[in-house]
Amino acid sequence: MVSLEELQSRFGEEIREKTFRDNRFIDVSSGVLLDVLSGLKADFGFSMLIDITAIDWLDYEGATDRFSVVYLLLNVETGERLTIRTAVNLPDPQLPSVCALWMSADWLEREVYDMFGISFSDHPDLRRILMPEEFAAFPLRKDYPLKGRGERHNFPVITRSEG
Amino acid sequence: MAVGLPENIFITRLDAAANWARSNSLWPMPFATACCGIELMATAASRHDLARFGAEVMRFSPRQCDLLIVAGRVVMKMLPVLQRIWLQMPEPKWCISMGACACSGGVFDTYAVVQGVDRFIPVDMYVPGCPPRPEQLLAAVIDMQEKVRRTGTVMGREFAARDTSSGPTPFDLQEEHRIEDASLIQLGGFSAAATTMKRDA
Ligand code: SF4
Repeated sequence: MVSLEELQSRFGEEIREKTFRDNRFIDVSSGVLLDVLSGLKADFGFSMLIDITAIDWLDYEGATDRFSVVYLLLNVETGERLTIRTAVNLPDPQLPSVCALWMSADWLEREVYDMFGISFSDHPDLRRILMPEEFAAFPLRKDYPLKGRGERHNFPVITRSEG
Repeated sequence: MAVGLPENIFITRLDAAANWARSNSLWPMPFATACCGIELMATAASRHDLARFGAEVMRFSPRQCDLLIVAGRVVMKMLPVLQRIWLQMPEPKWCISMGACACSGGVFDTYAVVQGVDRFIPVDMYVPGCPPRPEQLLAAVIDMQEKVRRTGTVMGREFAARDTSSGPTPFDLQEEHRIEDASLIQLGGFSAAATTMKRDA
């Protein structure tokens, strides 16, 4: 088990911990994110990155930041799981890429970029992964309408006489 | 009347002969993008046996097909592919829109799902259901044969008159209103400038 004190002494006092039904969440600031993650991989055996995802807190009661980016880590030797969360804000939500630590981060970060518009510096190939290249919005942001802005119907019509 | 025809020769119209041949050898192009595709496979498999109606030759090249079966939801990223496949099919060709999703978007009224393929490609036959049972698809194929027999011509003259879309206009009133209400019409967002802006951010 990684102890909170250990993390705090290495990476700064502002690291917070929360537990919900045996799941541990560690909140770190985006400044020390890369240090914490590489430390967790190198010294605490978190060799597997399960997922990266994000949450848009727009209009959420009591929320102070616009986005949280969430890293789910697994220590494959001990089975320990850890969730690392960090906050990013508009107008330029940006985080360091962790592709150098875990290869699996490549597509996961592309997905977060595609859906939330959070970019990752030093990512080898930060392109959209699900939406078409020419799509201009970030559909999982809460201020994007569920039914879109008309992108789904912005195509030429083929009638029977012409083809 | 003494017209001396030898045995095994009979007279018909060219249209009727062509329709007879065409309707009994529809070669489907399976455009199966979702769960309806499974039902389409079941239709072709032994229990329901699409072969009884001469339509068992599923070809995976549009160049060899004359019946497009759109089975499943079509998302905006897939729609240009669907249109391209339709255009690549040689004349004469027909289209069956199978299932609620292909016909109207079904329950997937979201930013990514096209609300009915008939907005963008011509559709001859709609099969309701989610998913339609194989019998329903068989019924549609039989109806399709009937339609070919009744309206078909050798040179495909019947298609020339269909110069409007068979579905609602892409931005029908409902869609217009919705976009306007949110004062969100931003189709310019598709410009290259907007994309690069996002990419550099
Ligand atoms: S109509 Fe129903 S079964 Fe068919 S693709 Fe849509 S959800 Fe799936």
